[in-house]
Amino acid sequence: MSVRNTIRALPALFRVGVFEAVAYRAEFLVWVLSTTMPLIMLALWSAVASEAPVGRYGQPEFVAYFLATFIVRQLTGAWVAYEMNFEIRQGALAMRLLRPVHPLWTYAVENLAALPMRLVVALPVAIALLVFSGASRLSHHPVIWLIWCAAMLGGWLITFLANLVIGCLAFYMESSLKLMDVWLAIFFVFSGYLYPLELFPPILRAVADWLPFRYQIGFPVELMTGAHTPAQALLMLLRQWLFVALMLGIVTLVWRRGLKRFAAYGG
Amino acid sequence: MISARQLRKHYQVHKRPPGLRAALRSLFHRTYTTVKAVDGISFEISAGERVGFLGPNGAGKTTTLKVLSGLLHPSSGEVQVDGHIPKKREDAFLKKIMLVTGQKQQLLWDLPPAETFEMNRAIYDVPIAQYRETVSELTELLDLSDLLGKPTRQLSLGERMKCELAAALIHRPKVLFLDEPTIGLDVSMQAVIRAFIKRYNERFGATLMLTSHYMDDVAALTPRVIVIDKGQLSYDGGLDDLVRRVRPEKRVALTFQSKVERSTLERLGKVVSVDSVAAVLQIHQDAVNSTVTWALANLPIKDLTVENPPLEEVMSELFSRSRAAHEQEAAQRGAA
Repeated sequence: MSVRNTIRALPALFRVGVFEAVAYRAEFLVWVLSTTMPLIMLALWSAVASEAPVGRYGQPEFVAYFLATFIVRQLTGAWVAYEMNFEIRQGALAMRLLRPVHPLWTYAVENLAALPMRLVVALPVAIALLVFSGASRLSHHPVIWLIWCAAMLGGWLITFLANLVIGCLAFYMESSLKLMDVWLAIFFVFSGYLYPLELFPPILRAVADWLPFRYQIGFPVELMTGAHTPAQALLMLLRQWLFVALMLGIVTLVWRRGLKRFAAYGG
Repeated sequence: MISARQLRKHYQVHKRPPGLRAALRSLFHRTYTTVKAVDGISFEISAGERVGFLGPNGAGKTTTLKVLSGLLHPSSGEVQVDGHIPKKREDAFLKKIMLVTGQKQQLLWDLPPAETFEMNRAIYDVPIAQYRETVSELTELLDLSDLLGKPTRQLSLGERMKCELAAALIHRPKVLFLDEPTIGLDVSMQAVIRAFIKRYNERFGATLMLTSHYMDDVAALTPRVIVIDKGQLSYDGGLDDLVRRVRPEKRVALTFQSKVERSTLERLGKVVSVDSVAAVLQIHQDAVNSTVTWALANLPIKDLTVENPPLEEVMSELFSRSRAAHEQEAAQRGAA
């Protein structure tokens, strides 16, 4: 697959992806409701912090943290493992393989095409974050915000590539979705999605540093809420992108080998 | 244009007997059997040819088409399509071919077919002027004007198949693999699709390989047929030759001005059906001329037609012979 061919087709694929994302309004509403966990956590932790701060987190800090979590999750979410698993098992992947565009690029573009719709949800929350938590709870360092942009891309890449790996495992197993359940269970514990990882005991925090989950959510959120100096942030960004490179390698391996096993069942 | 040499595709399939105990046992110990979907077939197809690829269910037809279109990696053997090795799935190869199946779709389910057309234009890098010309021609030939703006999910099966074909041809592929393109369609829609496919082949000189269980598709579209069964090639040649070889008899349909005794007809050949003023006889092709001459001279003939036996019967007989040969071979192996 030539890169030139793929790049030329990207705008058309993106356009179609946006049209598909807006085709079902009810489904979109249900999806928005399914991503409101950080807001529930916000209510819970705010109640806990109403009597006394938890670590350095008082009520305003929790508000800033969970609204930031909500934004990061909206903008870096990916669910392609479910679609891939279905398409490999049912043989529908065949239709992607017939086109002169790499199928993994088409999955990526379809995922990113939902971004405008997700921004519709994330933008009001971002404004609320500024209004309710006050700009004082957010980082004021321009370098941190530059790093944040790279960290958001890295966060999305880790999430997306992990989905691809799990999706590709359907080439080897009858269904890989149970692995997605396991991945999500560990993600909820170690990503900072349900609570700030700062609240972990030091040993668990050290474990979280060497797992990819923190770099999906916790790291960008920590950057937004000013938890790191630029030097710390750069070091963590490096770790994040090492995970990106590692996962890219795994995806390439499982995809190439898996494709040889593809049975294209059905029709 | 297309060549396959000793092509094989074998699968490992997990097998277990029914029941809870077998299900639990399969958690710890699995038995696999090798399914030889395609087992050493060879053929050559020239540019612009229309070839029917026939065989009973499970014969290996679809598997072969999937190997030729680069979806499956062959277990062994060599395959080439217009100088490309399909499994490499190079851009140049993918731009030359298309696989259309009656059971899988490339149309975007939630969007109108026009969006799939536009997406394919971009993906296949079709120049705008050529794209407009192609779409306008396809719209006219397949009568698509009312369908292009409706979401695909709201189209009937026949409407969807017409749009599928159109979407598949936006980039004017040189090689078209058609896997049961008329499955589930009514008779008139089948005729529309057939006429369209034939026209496409004639207009663009495209090479066409077709699988179908509808013998009308085969009779109308493919002068040459390749027959496979249990993954092995059992015939490759002209459709007429196949009919002559499997069923060397012709059908002679007679209409009489007055009643003719059955015993008289039985002297001419095998009586397939008879009533007071009409009969159908089955006569060996070498005897057709003399029999028809005699009948015209001696019987009160009102009308007479000579036909090949129905293609369905020919195929059914061919498949049952092939099955019997396989069973005999297996029995001999077992005895040895």
